Amino acid sequence: MTNHWIDIKNSDCILVMGSNAAENHPISFKYVNEAMAHGATLISVDPRFTRTSARADIYAPLRSGTDIAFLGGMIKYILDNDLYHAEYVADYTNASFIVGKAYKFKNGLFAGYDAKKRKYDKSRWAFAKDGTGVPQMDRSLKHKRSVFQLMKKHYRRYNIKLVSQITGTPEADLRKIYKTYAATGKRGKAATIMYAMGWTQHTTGVQNIRAMAIIQLLLGNMGVAGGGVNALRGESNVQGSTDHCLLWHIWPGYLATPSTKWPKLQDYLKRRPQSKDPLSANWWQNEPKYMVSILKSLFGDNASAANDFGYDWVPKVDAGTHYSWLDLFDEMYKGTFKGFFAWGQNPACSGANAGKNRKAFEKLDWMVNVNLFGNETGSFWKAPGVDPAKIKTEVFMLPAAVSVEKEGSITNSGRWMQWRYQGPKPMGDSRPDGDIIMELGHKIIELYKKEGGTFTQPLTNLKWDYLTAGQYDPHKVAKQINGYFLKDVTLKGKTYRKGSLVPSFAFLQADGSTSSGNWLYCNSYTEKGNMAARRSHKDAVNGIGLYPQFAWCWPVNRRIIYNRASVDVTGQPWDHKDWVIRFVGEAKAGKYVSKKWIGDVPDGGWYPLRNPDGSARADAKHPFIMRPHGHAQIFGPGRADGPLPEHYEPLECPVERNFMNPQYINPTAPVYKADTDAFATCDPRFPYVATTYRVVEHWQTGVMTRPQSWLMEAQPQVFVEMSEQLAKLRGIKNGQRVKVSSARGALEATAIVTKRLQPFRISGTTVHQVGIPWHFGWRWPQSGAEESANLLTPAVGDPNTRIPETKAFMVNVTRT
Amino acid sequence: MDTTIFIDTTLCTACRGCQVACKQWHDLPAEKTVNRGTYQNPADLSFNTYKLVRMSEQMVDGKLHWLFFPDQCRHCLEPPCRDTADDARAIFTDDATGAVIYTANTRNLDAAEVIESCPYDVPRRSADGTLAKCDLCYDRVQNGLAPACVKVCGTGAMNFGARKDMLSLAEKRLKTVQAKFPNAALLDPGDVRVIYLVAHDPGLYHKNAVAAVRSPVHMTRKMALRQMLRPFNRKAVRFPV
Repeated sequence: MTNHWIDIKNSDCILVMGSNAAENHPISFKYVNEAMAHGATLISVDPRFTRTSARADIYAPLRSGTDIAFLGGMIKYILDNDLYHAEYVADYTNASFIVGKAYKFKNGLFAGYDAKKRKYDKSRWAFAKDGTGVPQMDRSLKHKRSVFQLMKKHYRRYNIKLVSQITGTPEADLRKIYKTYAATGKRGKAATIMYAMGWTQHTTGVQNIRAMAIIQLLLGNMGVAGGGVNALRGESNVQGSTDHCLLWHIWPGYLATPSTKWPKLQDYLKRRPQSKDPLSANWWQNEPKYMVSILKSLFGDNASAANDFGYDWVPKVDAGTHYSWLDLFDEMYKGTFKGFFAWGQNPACSGANAGKNRKAFEKLDWMVNVNLFGNETGSFWKAPGVDPAKIKTEVFMLPAAVSVEKEGSITNSGRWMQWRYQGPKPMGDSRPDGDIIMELGHKIIELYKKEGGTFTQPLTNLKWDYLTAGQYDPHKVAKQINGYFLKDVTLKGKTYRKGSLVPSFAFLQADGSTSSGNWLYCNSYTEKGNMAARRSHKDAVNGIGLYPQFAWCWPVNRRIIYNRASVDVTGQPWDHKDWVIRFVGEAKAGKYVSKKWIGDVPDGGWYPLRNPDGSARADAKHPFIMRPHGHAQIFGPGRADGPLPEHYEPLECPVERNFMNPQYINPTAPVYKADTDAFATCDPRFPYVATTYRVVEHWQTGVMTRPQSWLMEAQPQVFVEMSEQLAKLRGIKNGQRVKVSSARGALEATAIVTKRLQPFRISGTTVHQVGIPWHFGWRWPQSGAEESANLLTPAVGDPNTRIPETKAFMVNVTRT
Repeated sequence: MDTTIFIDTTLCTACRGCQVACKQWHDLPAEKTVNRGTYQNPADLSFNTYKLVRMSEQMVDGKLHWLFFPDQCRHCLEPPCRDTADDARAIFTDDATGAVIYTANTRNLDAAEVIESCPYDVPRRSADGTLAKCDLCYDRVQNGLAPACVKVCGTGAMNFGARKDMLSLAEKRLKTVQAKFPNAALLDPGDVRVIYLVAHDPGLYHKNAVAAVRSPVHMTRKMALRQMLRPFNRKAVRFPV
């Protein structure tokens, strides 16, 4: 979340789309309800009427996988009716940037497409630059190759009639929602989006969110209270694990994973674009400090300038090779590798095309299953239809302690790092993950030291000093994540002693004099103590629910990021009631003469762009400091599938063509080609659109909830929700067991026949959609009849993230 | 303390935290259920289920509504079940909280008669005839805690406190909700300690959302008198009456 949970209460209009917050983020409704008590409007857009829809002022259905058409229509509506925040758009976004002449968009394809490689040459989308490399701009937004005009032209096609034809959303609903949401383009009004996997798990996942980001920028809703683009994370600590390197392509703090593209440290350190614009902070230019500090945290005294701080010892990904979830299971299925740690996960049920994953396990020599309980992954060798005698894979089970049995931190969706203490002691032989990792690591290092091997330095040079009395010590790890001064360092006249904790990332150095395991968390555990353990209920001076001394928030305790866009160019808030920051420096003769911001921690403490008399300042910075040129990206030339979001059909869809453009599906979507990767689009054998989701009573694959009798009482079986019309068509009665099948697999489910699903009218024809929760698996309940919905879902992904498209695919439903 | 629960169904998301928290606090076993083509489960209140979120899909003025009703004992100010039992060792009102409490001695009562007397169809019997229902977590309340269902509620739907505070909160919320839903009403606020705010006709939520006219087969003189004085057959009333 760019904002945070409590901040939802400050919103004037809440759009829940691509998520079902009432069910899957139930506590968020404390703040949704609070906003509504103050007059906010709640909008729910979902293929089916959900528990969120039940609370909404406006509900509208849309066919799974058509979100960009829906949102593109809103962009057009905002532009056509001049509802955008003109000053914000001109001053803070790249709407004013001039795009180079090589850019074009035709027949659903952007310039530079290579059909053979299914890839774009992104250099064709570059901005036109002046002699110093700064993008040419036209703040009047009139230049015909300005981003603003190109965007206008791009979305001209997204008229309400066509959008309705694609999405199945009635035209009247589209108009009502566009009007309500776009009304927050006014100064002092804010709208927020609450989204989750309903937006990300598509072949157009990243562009779904880009489309919404464009809307939020047009309306001036980024950086303000009650606004933002808010990803509701699916687990209490997904944000934390992502921050600390959950994904293959990013290191802690969103540093790029070293690659063969950058064989030497110097190659890595100089890869970030520089900006010659004196008004651009271009914060990533500090990356060398963060990279060297993380290497120092890994290798300690073994890392020095002479050996590139151990850069040669860290693994490099092969340039052009992907190592995402889908790729790993594809390779495992091919037998490319022999061993697998399934740590805190259940890919036999959680992964797209789960049947492929189950087959892939058979190719392994060994699997280590680290989990609270046994699950379908560790038990794959005795699954129904599998002959244990024929399985060569040796499975080891390491029982792990549950979160309340150990001390440490979690970072929630709102980026709040919260320290938590140990409650009960771990049961039996179960152990905290930290202890398991430490012992495993130390044993491996010991073996390498004793027996040698190829390239032992990465392990033998590790600085692993996280034990206290032989046990994993979460405080030692948290302090290392924050970082230390490694020698006496004098900065701005103040000396920081060797061994003391670094106060914040502004103090990190690229010369090896500091360490930090994650620059974004530098400031979380300082000489003042463990910031995440704070529990003050005192609000900040603006009284908008920031609670700055409750827990700690990255970066540097900034509760709302991009907050320097919440003020005008003179530093005064757009919204005088729910303001986030405010410049209160002294002014003399129309010029600011001293610097002071109050409220939230500002996104950089520089002077505002202009003085009270309107004169420009040379010592100011543009507000979007993480972008090379300081402006938010309406035009995003870095994405794999285009600089502006465009509607493409899901890989499996019910229509014969894309009504928006002649390009059927996302031309860059990665498709896998194992024999189990069957796809069936517009195929009479699988005529119904399907999506998967969660319910409030269960969690993920249900490993923690299916053995819980009270939760099973409430939600005992896999179900498939369908409209009364579809049930009639298929002769299915409410509560009856049915078979749901796709090109990849099938499962049994109980039919819930309901008015909450309605058939769509898609370009004059009737399209039915069904939905299935994915919480189940054969191990429990004991009947073995409740299986994972991921047996149905396709292993096809978004080209940027390679997240699977589990939210839009095709199935059949038949009586058993 | 004269206590009351105020349930604002317009804030309820049917997360069923209350339903599960109730089982947890009272250590009640789960029932063996199947999906019957609805999210609502178990199907009904039972000897082991004191609290049940009822879910109902209704069309109102051409618009679909999914109505949620966390059903439980209303803890009547003058409980007909207590009067029917007429045995303080079996059914009594706890002075400290106002909770209507059933004891193990209810197995000596005529269960059908007690159930029949309830205008909300709440009490349920076990095989041996013992009766059970919500006890307002009076053990928690006597120790300064809110009932488990209220404590767990994250959305503000479940509220608990001194009766006068809850009545004033209910009145305030009713006024707010009526701006959006003119037919919103408080259900039997003058008669019960568990007051619901609903946005639509209460019958759409559950047939026993408001007190029903029951025709007890056996009526004691005391009960007959009460029935005359406090007829339970009133429609949902807007508070204040």
